[in-house]
Amino acid sequence: MSDFMQQALAAAARTAPAWLEPVQARGRDAWSKTALPTRKTEAWKYTSLQPLQQTFSAPATESARSPLDDIPLPALDGPTLVFADGHYRAELSHGELPAGLNLVRFADANSEQAARIAAALGSALQPGRHVFAPLNDATLADGVFLEVAANAHIDTPVHIAWLTTGQNESISITQRLLVCLAENSSATLVESFANTATGGTAFTNGITELLLARGAQLNHYRLHLEQGDAVHIGGVHARQEADSLLNGFHLALGSALKRIDLVVDHQGSGAHCALDGLYLPRGTETVDYHTCIEHAVPHCTSQERFRGIIADEATAVFNGRIHIHPQAQKTRAELSNKNLLTSNKAEINTKPELEIYADDVQCAHGATVAQLDPLALHYLRTRGVPREEAEVMLSYGFINELVEAIAQPAVQAFLKPLLARRFARDARLTRHIL
Amino acid sequence: MLKIDNLHASVENKAILKGLDLTVGPGEVHAIMGPNGSGKSTLGHVLAGRPGYSVTAGSAQLLGQDLLTLDTEERAHLGLFLAYQYPVEIPGVSNMEFLKASVDAVREHRNEAALDSVTFMKQAREACKAVDLDAAFLKRGVNEGFSGGEKKRNELMQMMLLAPKLCIMDETDSGLDIDALQVVANGINAMRSGERSFILVTHYQRLLNFIKPDRVHVLSGGRIVKSGDHSLALELEERGYAWLEDVA
Repeated sequence: MSDFMQQALAAAARTAPAWLEPVQARGRDAWSKTALPTRKTEAWKYTSLQPLQQTFSAPATESARSPLDDIPLPALDGPTLVFADGHYRAELSHGELPAGLNLVRFADANSEQAARIAAALGSALQPGRHVFAPLNDATLADGVFLEVAANAHIDTPVHIAWLTTGQNESISITQRLLVCLAENSSATLVESFANTATGGTAFTNGITELLLARGAQLNHYRLHLEQGDAVHIGGVHARQEADSLLNGFHLALGSALKRIDLVVDHQGSGAHCALDGLYLPRGTETVDYHTCIEHAVPHCTSQERFRGIIADEATAVFNGRIHIHPQAQKTRAELSNKNLLTSNKAEINTKPELEIYADDVQCAHGATVAQLDPLALHYLRTRGVPREEAEVMLSYGFINELVEAIAQPAVQAFLKPLLARRFARDARLTRHIL
Repeated sequence: MLKIDNLHASVENKAILKGLDLTVGPGEVHAIMGPNGSGKSTLGHVLAGRPGYSVTAGSAQLLGQDLLTLDTEERAHLGLFLAYQYPVEIPGVSNMEFLKASVDAVREHRNEAALDSVTFMKQAREACKAVDLDAAFLKRGVNEGFSGGEKKRNELMQMMLLAPKLCIMDETDSGLDIDALQVVANGINAMRSGERSFILVTHYQRLLNFIKPDRVHVLSGGRIVKSGDHSLALELEERGYAWLEDVA
């Protein structure tokens, strides 16, 4: 085990509330038996863990109060929790909790809340589906518990921002979010991950668990805005009971390494999930999305639309697994992955992975890899649009459908300029998109 | 307006245009007819600078400027407009954004101030109305899911907004029913002026019943083999093209 992991384990043990100790012990035990994946591990074939081979330290017990002004975040009017370098920042957090919504930090949980958290924590994590989950457990010192009462409808989005600053040397951070939506409740959750422009290297080990009871509905946005040297290995693990609905929107700008596993477990008939995703690595960045939909029961549906634009010498991986169990008749599953390579050295490894053991199902999947359409580029130019601007319009146009489909207006308003400017810093080239 | 001399062009090393001469004066409407594969569409694409279409000899001047050395967008800025036979679908780029980008670029080249959004929207809606295209099409992706007729009307709408000097209409009449043909013809007629010229590339003389050309040319084997007035189109309708191959 590398030094940083030892240090992180020690730091976590010092600062965690006592009731988390069994979780940590469980994690330590499992982690000690975990072999780090190599390029020979099928699920890690295209993604190297090389960026982890450096010294990370556990974050300081008290984080320095560094300015966070230069971190762009969506402006949302609901309750907002901000963590910086792994520490909760009360002065940056705000918002009233609407009736029916409970938002508690693990560190603040009373004994009754702690018992509920402990009972649910880890229940959406399927063994073996997340290699770094034991490390997350082992180093868990604080996290967030979001709970929505039965039949409560929370209209304002809950925003949780996990930030890393350039204040510290290379640090490792454990992020954990547990979401429990009781029967027939609904909520919108925005998770933002971002770093300062001058950010030192940070390794974030992130896990979000979503537990949707019967009839619950969650709109979930997970925005990975970290850039530069940031390393993020994380995942979202959802368990859906009957007639529940999960709408997920995932974005990953590139950084040194991002590996995100999205696992949805349909446990009740009539559950539906729709996952949209965008990944935009450039330079020598790497983004790796692994999705897995477990259709364990009949009459569930899933729809995935992931699009990537890979520039320069960047690498992206998309692996979309759909597992339809023998009893999961009448499943309808769709998976679409489209990729645009804007350079000869850009790389995409895309693989739909379907395992179907039921015979009465509808399953559609498709993956495409393309360059900018030269005919479309020419057409725009015949109308006088300069080449550089036409290229920006076509690149943005490639992801525009998913951006337009973002239901939360504030998230869309935040992302549109941010995404358009990924393709051109010169405002003249984006003026007709924005 | 347009002066083409001895133009030779090839596509994928296959010679298509083999010494084409054509002069179009200001305000004139010329029709180019000819059998399949004679090079009619190639002419438009070569003038617009489409990748893969290479000029091997000859020259083409628009308003006294050498067209062939300009980038595609510079040709558009100068006043060239090619209405496509098969307009390109571009999902994700809205018709409106695309049109505003086009009009801004062309106006900038003419040293005209950029239109504010309100004025532009008004003009775009008027152009839609003139070609009988629902204004809802402005919000859709460029040509995305448009029917054949809608695509042709979208081309015409762009042409109205860009106010070009030379309009090349590549089989704009193909695939249109008689009502749509009338709409398109009215649109073109409304744009005719002493400073704007048209080249109508067409298979059928039907379009020429609605738009009366000043000159009619027959393109065959990559060259113009016969020119005349409107009566030539009527003669072609009656006799076909075969007799001209003997002439050529």
